Amino acid sequence: MPGLDTPLSQGRSLVHRLDPRARLLGLVLFSLPVALAGSLRTALLGLVLAALLLALARPPAGLVLRRLAAVNLFTAFLWVFVPLSAPGQALFHLGPLAYTREGAALALLLTLKTNAAFLAVTALVASIAPPELGCALQALGLPEKLCHLLLMTHRYLFVIQREYLRLLTSARARGFAPRTNGHTYRTYAWLLGMLLVKSWDRAERVHQAMLCRGFKGKFYCLADLRYQTADALFLGAALLASAAMILVGRAA
Amino acid sequence: MHISEGVLSAPVLLAGAAVAAAGVAIGLKRLQHERIPQTAILSSAFFVASLIHVPVGFTSAHLILNGLLGAVLGWAAFPAILVALLLQAVLFQFGGLTVLGVNTATMALPAVACAWALRPLLLSQRNGRAALGGFLCGSLSVFLSGILVAAALIGTGEAFQQAALAIFLANLPVTVIEGLVTAATVVFLQRVKPEILSSALT
Repeated sequence: MPGLDTPLSQGRSLVHRLDPRARLLGLVLFSLPVALAGSLRTALLGLVLAALLLALARPPAGLVLRRLAAVNLFTAFLWVFVPLSAPGQALFHLGPLAYTREGAALALLLTLKTNAAFLAVTALVASIAPPELGCALQALGLPEKLCHLLLMTHRYLFVIQREYLRLLTSARARGFAPRTNGHTYRTYAWLLGMLLVKSWDRAERVHQAMLCRGFKGKFYCLADLRYQTADALFLGAALLASAAMILVGRAA
Repeated sequence: MHISEGVLSAPVLLAGAAVAAAGVAIGLKRLQHERIPQTAILSSAFFVASLIHVPVGFTSAHLILNGLLGAVLGWAAFPAILVALLLQAVLFQFGGLTVLGVNTATMALPAVACAWALRPLLLSQRNGRAALGGFLCGSLSVFLSGILVAAALIGTGEAFQQAALAIFLANLPVTVIEGLVTAATVVFLQRVKPEILSSALT
């Protein structure tokens, strides 16, 4: 089971020191032209900008490369299938299907866009610790209930994961070895059912404890969000980058 | 089952965002303040469950469980899935900003629809009927999610026809496993703590 901690949010880089709200707005400014880019030039510019931004955030390289490989499994899948159905000039034939030049160009475009978006999310969102993310989203005007859900879901992920691992350990201690059969699926289902029952009971206790401490439906944000000169400069740069990508796309 | 950022066209992205926004708005409106801790902690349980890899032949697949999520949370499945996708972006950098709507809609819409339609079977006191309801709810919602993902790809352009077909076919074995696991979980919950199922569905 993958770890649930957020190593990328720990850091003292330039990006980490930006206001989380500015990082989220910057991501919006950056993502829209990248997602809608129709030309290779725009996508390439986006990729370069996102890579620069990631370099500023200085994340651990090994982790980013591993995640990058996972993202590119999907693009590899596109490289296999998209050129087979796009109409155009055939590069070579695979049985009755033609692998087309136009399809390969489209796959290249999508690969650049996906990677640019991944690098931007890694630099701008992964660098925010989840509790701060909840506060920042709330400060940006997202519904309060949604932000509460986000904060509490994240808070209990670790608790519930430990609970699940404990259930799994006791199943293994009784000789459970997962295979492709009904017994395995039923065992996982019962583990899952037990996990839901325990979560349900825990939620009741948590809610009672919250009421005891005077909870009245409002979470107080402990992260101090400060919008400073650096944030204004960053948003200005993001706006310029966004405009540059749109202009490059027009010119092409 | 996500589509990554930068693949879909603007109309598809907009349609997904509109469906997701409507669903999340309904889900939040119906979610009372005192139910937030419960919904949040159950969402964490589903998030943890979605990290479980079950063996399928020589390989393994991770559980999606959106059918069960719909049965346990009802309309709150929309905000719960949106939160899970946000957390995935923070924890694993999967997905992106503009596809958030499409990914929420493809997972949550079938979940809510199947759980609502199969309510009488899911809430049945008889094990056989509850298991049938669980199987149909689990497998149909994953099946329909696969169809919606394929539709989003085909709606983007004809170049995605083969890719959509491949995703649809690869999804079929997962459908059966989801059905089996959901069926057994529903029967378990009916026996051990029926209020988990009945609180959202009635």
